[in-house]
Amino acid sequence: MADTKVSHTITTDSRLSTVSNSRIEVENLSHAYQRRQTLDNISFDVSCGEIFGLLGPNGSGKTTLFRILSTLMPATSGTVRILGHDLATEVKAIRNLLGVVFQHPALDVKLTVVENLRHHGHLYGLAGRTLRSRISELLECFGVSDRSTERVERLSGGLQRRVEIAKALLHSPRVLLLDEPTSGLDVATRRQLNNYLGMLAQTEDILVLLTTHLLDDAEACNRVGILDVGKLVAIGAPNELKNQVGGDVILIESRDNETLGTAITERFGVSIVSTDNQLRVECKRGHEFVRNVVAAFPDVIQSVRFGKPTLQDVFVKLTGNPFVERKDRKN
Amino acid sequence: MLNPPQRAARKIKNLLPITTIWWREIIRFYRQRSRLFSAIAQPLVFWLLIGSGLSASFQPAGAADGPDYIEYFYPGIVVLVLLFTSIFATISVVNDRREGFLQAVLVAPVPRWRIVFAQALGGTTLALLQGLLLLIFTPMIGIRFGVTSLLLSLGVMTLLAFGLTNLGLLIAWRMDSTQGFHAIMNLLLIPIWLLSGAFFPSTGVPGWLAWAMKFNPLTYGLAAFRHSLYLDTTAKAFGEGPPWNLSLLITGLFCVLTYVGAILTASAQTN
Repeated sequence: MADTKVSHTITTDSRLSTVSNSRIEVENLSHAYQRRQTLDNISFDVSCGEIFGLLGPNGSGKTTLFRILSTLMPATSGTVRILGHDLATEVKAIRNLLGVVFQHPALDVKLTVVENLRHHGHLYGLAGRTLRSRISELLECFGVSDRSTERVERLSGGLQRRVEIAKALLHSPRVLLLDEPTSGLDVATRRQLNNYLGMLAQTEDILVLLTTHLLDDAEACNRVGILDVGKLVAIGAPNELKNQVGGDVILIESRDNETLGTAITERFGVSIVSTDNQLRVECKRGHEFVRNVVAAFPDVIQSVRFGKPTLQDVFVKLTGNPFVERKDRKN
Repeated sequence: MLNPPQRAARKIKNLLPITTIWWREIIRFYRQRSRLFSAIAQPLVFWLLIGSGLSASFQPAGAADGPDYIEYFYPGIVVLVLLFTSIFATISVVNDRREGFLQAVLVAPVPRWRIVFAQALGGTTLALLQGLLLLIFTPMIGIRFGVTSLLLSLGVMTLLAFGLTNLGLLIAWRMDSTQGFHAIMNLLLIPIWLLSGAFFPSTGVPGWLAWAMKFNPLTYGLAAFRHSLYLDTTAKAFGEGPPWNLSLLITGLFCVLTYVGAILTASAQTN
């Protein structure tokens, strides 16, 4: 017990002295593909022990950023340092530090669970007893020990995801990158996974960076970067970001949004954002506003929704766009 | 400086990715047994139907003392089996690298040339195994193997399989869809085979066709294979083919060039 404590203190100290060795530092990163800007001057930092989420609708540039960070694609300009290594020149060192979970399964469904993990271990130079014990340790941890000799094609989507993540962790990476890790999972499994990632980041001091278009996933992160058409429009803890939205959020639907919007602005002096077929109002003491607005336009308003701000509201406030896929920018 | 055990350990660490990628190709093939059937059954049916059918009416040009067509066609069919197996082994690369196992291989600290080498080795092994199965028919058409001719035939088959697999990889690493791959196969690979002397000798064909056959690397691969097959059997005239040593040289060159091409393509497509 005492030993553990000591070693923990040492780790913490060495982290403090060599900060850049425990961080991902992205500076002025831009990427253009076929003369189209998919990433536009992005900068952010993530530290070990932290879960960082890149939130954005499909087509916002998340996958491009993910592919650059996972060494699959060079960026057009800007610098990325991963735990002190330059992505442009030290790819091999970086690949040894990375564990990557792709959006599309990277398991061979014709192989068994153990075979998949064994092959993965071999790619990282692990073999023999070390590899065997590491495999059984991870299978145990992810609760798939009893299915280890079955072919992956016989496993459910949720179990396959677990094997996928176990595989990415096999070579004890310091950085775990995940592209839409919860896609295709049911709510319960998704929550379980988010909890597990949180635990992993803290106890193993791993840097976890994930992309998602799901607000729930982003809420579970320590910090979130919001992407919109290649630009990082906000960065911070989920609560911090939500506090930027002024108080409460009210969504109003009517037969004629344009006329109603103008009328509400004139009468109450609040600013209104019109998205899709809704009017969006942010204000303090929202419950009073709801009462007044319904009383003022009883015949025009079809429905009113009142709520505390979510990350979606942050996105809408910052970009003026609805949080949906931008077809013209799909990557 | 590394001491011997450290050097040995590093060697193992470098070899492991190659053997593991190679082994995966073999296991996958074994578990999809329909692939085995389709790669060998189709050429075999071709051989028996076309070979028997044409034997009755055609005599290959320049082959005066007359091998049957079915005998003439045989080496070409072995090469077709090699071609089909190599190509089917590489087609998985198209999907695999975007939505499958290869994604993880590409982010692992394994140099691209090792990945391509392992894949080529996998395809070569599979093609060679199926080619071997087809050698069972040699007594039927009067080919007798001595040690030299058997070893030489296997050697040439290995070279051909390696070259063809790399040609397949070179195409597959570039493709975004398997449909595209099939199109290339029909437009490029099948004609290469047809114009290699597998189907008809170059003697007496129109000039432009003779030139196309002369510039086809597979013409030399097939010629080398014919030579090695008939090394210990009384030679029959198959028309004028390229000489033995030139054939072997060009086949070797074909292997090297396709391998380098496959590595360059794989590196250009990723990072």
